[in-house]
Amino acid sequence: MDISWYLVLSALLFAIGAGGVLIRRSPLVILLCLELMLNAGNLALVAFARQHGDQDGQVFALIVMVVAACEVVVGLGLIVAMFRRRLPLNVDEMRDLRG
Amino acid sequence: MSATTYAWLVLAFPLAGCLVNALGWRSLPPRAAGWIGTGAIALAFVNSIAALVAMLDKPASGRELTSSLWTYASAEGLDIKVGILVDPLSVFMILVVTGVSMLIHLYSISYLESDRGYSRYFSYLNFFVFSMLLLVLAGNFVLLIVGWAFVGFASYALISYWYRRNTATTAGMKAFVINVIGDIGLVLAAFFIFRELGTFDYLAIFSSAPQQFTTNEGVVVAICLLMLVGAFAKSAQLPLHTWLPDAMEGPTPVSALIHAATMVTAGVYLIARMHPLFLQAPTAADISAFLGLATLIFAATVALAVTDLKRIIAYSTISQIGYMVMGVSIGGYVAGLFHLMSHAFFKALLFMAAGSVIAAMGGTQNIDRMGGFRRALPFTSALLIVGALALAAFPGTSGFFSKDEILAFAYERGGFYVILAIGGYVGAFLTAIYAFRIVFRVVYREPCPEARELERGHLAHAEPQNPLTGEKEDTDVGFPGPEHQIAERARPMAVAMAVLGVAAIFGGYIQVPGVDHVLDTFLEPTFEDSPLFRDIHVPTGTAWAGLAIGGVLSLLGIAVAYYVYVVAPQIPERLRTRAHTVYTFLVNKWYFDELYDTVVYRPVIAAGRFANTVLERVVVQGIVTAAVDAVRGVSVIVRGAQSGFVRAYALLLVGGFAALGLYFLIVSS
Amino acid sequence: MVAVAFFAGAIGAVAGAIGVIALRNPFYSVLALVVHLVALAGLFLLLYAQFVAAAQVVVYAGAVMVLYVFVAAYVGAVEEPIWEPIPGQRFLAPLLAVALFVELSIAILGTALSSIDTEGPTVPAGFGSPEAIGNLLLERFLIVFEAASMLLLVAAVGAIVLAGRPSPGGSSASRPGTAGEEGS
Repeated sequence: MDISWYLVLSALLFAIGAGGVLIRRSPLVILLCLELMLNAGNLALVAFARQHGDQDGQVFALIVMVVAACEVVVGLGLIVAMFRRRLPLNVDEMRDLRG
Repeated sequence: MSATTYAWLVLAFPLAGCLVNALGWRSLPPRAAGWIGTGAIALAFVNSIAALVAMLDKPASGRELTSSLWTYASAEGLDIKVGILVDPLSVFMILVVTGVSMLIHLYSISYLESDRGYSRYFSYLNFFVFSMLLLVLAGNFVLLIVGWAFVGFASYALISYWYRRNTATTAGMKAFVINVIGDIGLVLAAFFIFRELGTFDYLAIFSSAPQQFTTNEGVVVAICLLMLVGAFAKSAQLPLHTWLPDAMEGPTPVSALIHAATMVTAGVYLIARMHPLFLQAPTAADISAFLGLATLIFAATVALAVTDLKRIIAYSTISQIGYMVMGVSIGGYVAGLFHLMSHAFFKALLFMAAGSVIAAMGGTQNIDRMGGFRRALPFTSALLIVGALALAAFPGTSGFFSKDEILAFAYERGGFYVILAIGGYVGAFLTAIYAFRIVFRVVYREPCPEARELERGHLAHAEPQNPLTGEKEDTDVGFPGPEHQIAERARPMAVAMAVLGVAAIFGGYIQVPGVDHVLDTFLEPTFEDSPLFRDIHVPTGTAWAGLAIGGVLSLLGIAVAYYVYVVAPQIPERLRTRAHTVYTFLVNKWYFDELYDTVVYRPVIAAGRFANTVLERVVVQGIVTAAVDAVRGVSVIVRGAQSGFVRAYALLLVGGFAALGLYFLIVSS
Repeated sequence: MVAVAFFAGAIGAVAGAIGVIALRNPFYSVLALVVHLVALAGLFLLLYAQFVAAAQVVVYAGAVMVLYVFVAAYVGAVEEPIWEPIPGQRFLAPLLAVALFVELSIAILGTALSSIDTEGPTVPAGFGSPEAIGNLLLERFLIVFEAASMLLLVAAVGAIVLAGRPSPGGSSASRPGTAGEEGS
């Protein structure tokens, strides 16, 4: 398959992830949508690596995975902290930055 | 040392006295301020005499001396120096000013002894003398205006000297505002002169004015009329006279100095000094003379009706200055200035005596409550009679010779100026009546309770109150002190009054018609450029005839006063009820204050209120508020983006990204 | 053959993605994401990225998703309210997502990048093998590698601090400080 197919697929997955972030209200699901977006990026990286015949893209994708893992850890820690303090698990309720 | 050096010293000493008193009052011994002030003026007087002597050393033609300390402003077409002009007129004026001021300072040392603001008083008084001397010695318009303005300030400071009294501060403000109106006239005149003649210096102006202007040309008449506005405001002539009676709120020595002998004569000095310009504008000079006549008669009528002792003397001042203004406007410069000098003597004396009487009355100033101080205050009564005689132009006194010289000059000038002479004699008759109204009320009749107490040796002590409104007061800072001094007990007061009494009686002998003309000769170098001075000489016969008429009128007036106030004391009461409207009209000072209130004060206040409510509150505030509201409105709109919703922010983020992407796509296609 | 595999993977990935955003129960969303990840791993294999695919399955789907499962179980199902407080969000979000996709596609398909339209050059035998990636990690990208491990350490510490158990006086992160912090 042409590389461009993978890239378009990656774009589609990214768009779906972005829409999910905007639509859903549970922080857990938002984090999942963020994962979608990150993985779409990974797909694009690996596709480009194939296109160039170079493995740098794959290494990049691995590091992205590491970053995603860290981010998940911290994000879930936040969600657990929220749950512990009996705050409603709804990002619309977190409005303290209102201007 | 030259005359000009002495003149600078004359200026320096009062200024030094003022500064020493003002800056060092905490460290000086308690009542030293009075002696420092008096000493400064005494030194100034000595230096004035020295200046006189030095000037007389010079030949008659070389007596116009100028001297300048430094150049104040120098630019293209502009050269203003801090310079004085020492000539016979200014030396005459400084002698009168320093001489009378010295005596008044001496009087004040005891009069205000118990006052808490003693040092402040003397520093103000010295500052006033300095300003007056500056005004008189100035050699150019700029320094004149400086002196003029300083004198106005000093007057304000001294009128509201007892600053905790509402009536005093209001009176001070009134005086200052009217003075400022005069200042505007003077400054505008100076601007016009500069525009036409290109200089502010007196001698340059006087020499170039005859070439530059044709007689009665619009500009020069305007200049002279503007100067008259200034002169009339300062000298309290119609229509700018309303401040002077109110200025009696100040301490009595202040009234004596500023509002009788010196400041109010500044207008007369101005007209005399500017006589070359007034010669170019005879219309203005005539207007001035007739306003002087009107003032003279108006003030004399009011003095017959009012009952406050100091205000009677104030109206008398206004009236007498009317004589002086009349004199110098029609060309009788020497006569007017002679009357200025003798008036300074007897008016200051009258005020001093009045101060003593008011002190004996425990602060009351209403003459209807006074009476019979003949035995209680012998010295004061005697000098009060001396002053009144001089005021009434009793034969032989200084007032007799000076007032009638003006009227004789007017008669001699002929034409319609004879009206001035006739009006002047009518005024002299009225003057005699009200002068002796005071005497007969205060000195003769049955002694009032305060006089009886004083005969027993006990000085009356009323509760401190405002003499005008009767409001209760205090004797602390800003109010008169608790002690009242009378001349019989306070030596400095007595000495000052005695000197003035002698001067009032014998001062006239320097200008007896046909016998000697000291002032004529002395002032000739200043006024010889005036055809009126040169050509009009009153023949001795006419002069003595005038003196005779004046003497007769004076005696007649005294007789009328005697009859009305001593022989048949029920007459004033009957006149008051019969001629009720006339009486009310006179007592209310011809309703001038009410007129100004309606015509000037209320419209201005209304305009101010309008400006506040409409222009300030609506327009200006409205613009500012609208600007603020606009900004606030925009910020409310912008703030809508800070909703606090994370998803909204994310939406904006994605939206922005999409827009950016679109842009790049378009750009790259 | 390759095309079939591609489409299978693609459909699986898209289905998983849609499942993530559409399913109400977060637990089901997590499972949908797992499906998505495995599908992506397949696609990686098609692209000669064996190691990355393996890491994806083992690390991502195996460990990270398990974390998600734990938390989802702990937190439980969340009732998401129907009503949308942000005006226009419901309407704009899909619109913008679609716009994003369209733009990116135009960019990709209209690009002048060479060899996008091809399958890519022939690759040597060990392309994408653990050996090759390992070599790269330890030679060219050593610093990156170390930095990534530091990042993991920091994240672990951060998570512990954030989710720390409240001690008798309050949790370590939320214990009120001395005077100045009250009501802040």
